[in-house]
Amino acid sequence: MKLLYEKSLAAAGMWSQTISRGKVLRLTDLEGGANVSALLYNAAEPIERYNMPDTLKGQHTFQLTAGHCLHSDMGRILCSIIRDTAGWHDTVCGCTDAKLVAEKYGSLSYQEARNDFYRNARDNFLIELAKHGLGPRDIVPNLNFFSKVVADNEGLLTFDSRSSSPGSEVDLRFEMDTLVVLTNCQHPLDPGKTYAPKSVRLSVFAAEPVSSEDLCIRSCPENGRAYQNTLDYYALRD
Amino acid sequence: MDEPIKTPSTITPCATEIMNRATESTLDPADATYRKIILAGDHWVHRVNAGQYFRILDLEGNQAADTLFYDANDPEDRYAADVTIRNQGALYLTTGTVLMSSGGNALLTIVADTCGRHDTLGGACSRESNTMRYAIEKESMHACRDSFICGIHEWGHGLGKRDITCNINFFMNVPVTPEGKLTFADGISAPGRYVEMRAERDVIALISNCPQLNNPCNAYNPTPVEVFIWD
Repeated sequence: MKLLYEKSLAAAGMWSQTISRGKVLRLTDLEGGANVSALLYNAAEPIERYNMPDTLKGQHTFQLTAGHCLHSDMGRILCSIIRDTAGWHDTVCGCTDAKLVAEKYGSLSYQEARNDFYRNARDNFLIELAKHGLGPRDIVPNLNFFSKVVADNEGLLTFDSRSSSPGSEVDLRFEMDTLVVLTNCQHPLDPGKTYAPKSVRLSVFAAEPVSSEDLCIRSCPENGRAYQNTLDYYALRD
Repeated sequence: MDEPIKTPSTITPCATEIMNRATESTLDPADATYRKIILAGDHWVHRVNAGQYFRILDLEGNQAADTLFYDANDPEDRYAADVTIRNQGALYLTTGTVLMSSGGNALLTIVADTCGRHDTLGGACSRESNTMRYAIEKESMHACRDSFICGIHEWGHGLGKRDITCNINFFMNVPVTPEGKLTFADGISAPGRYVEMRAERDVIALISNCPQLNNPCNAYNPTPVEVFIWD
């Protein structure tokens, strides 16, 4: 795949750009133990957005990994996980906010620490969303790439802090023109006692064409129908 | 000597075990200041003030009541499934669960529950998601997210589709396995089971009494639910 763009995201950073369909975003966990929280919107009509329940129930899964698609709330596919060396990504636990960061790690202000001050994912999301005319009404349950959270039979959740090793990569192929909003703060259920978000690398490539044997689109009939809905949407728009 | 019987480590809790956690309310429906039957497939929107008690009763059993809550004084702050799960470190909702807002505030607390487990991962059905989940030609079937849109427009105040987020499914059973599978299972509710909440702030409650006919969330037969409010 031809590399089109590369960007390092410092710990507790934030980033938002539109990535058009036919491109692949690779997230790389540089140090191991990263968490990349993500929100996704149809760039042309951001009232259409990533939908956690449709993604999970459509594919009968709680974990997300290679072969899964990330569905919008309109029966379409925003992007597909075409490759994943981490193995499990969470999408039900949300993200940190200022109160949670203060409770878990204490406070460290800009005045005390300059740019090492403690940031949180919700405020980072709101800062980036505002740059696209979006706000609190547009925040929905997000993705947490590289974070594995397991449920027991009673529904109690456990965070697996050894899930993602240094160099883990996940590749997202975009099926729609998508506004991607990212922040790499710690996962809200990370039991670590210290504030230690990890840096990640973003790389964007030109995607290979979708084949008739595609790992994601053909992984279940639900994805096939959602992909057809996506093609129909662009058949009318283009 | 017989081999000891090995207990598998991945048994999904059966309804009997869940029912052991059922908790009853002492409130009498005769004393309720408001009560209303929501017919199968209808929507309902109503204010519940801080300190009031709010009950949803599954009249005929196995009926999914898709529910959203908003802070009545700041509707941008609304029920958030992920914050609720994060806050309790657990997936299912039952007595003791605090229903949290996106802004990190307690909206309501579940204080009684004779069903024992409610879902907040399954979301609501929509005409669009029905095409993805079942068949393209299911698009015309009545669905919860259209009911939510009608209900939120009825409430007004400039709210609309943008404010429809991931909801609670009272009386619905969506088990998750340790291996990461998720299924829509037969309901564990039954006629007369209910869930009761105390409002921690003034909230708007929005219910779509689910019309879904394509999966077991309503036992393939949508039925009415009744709501009650006590001062």
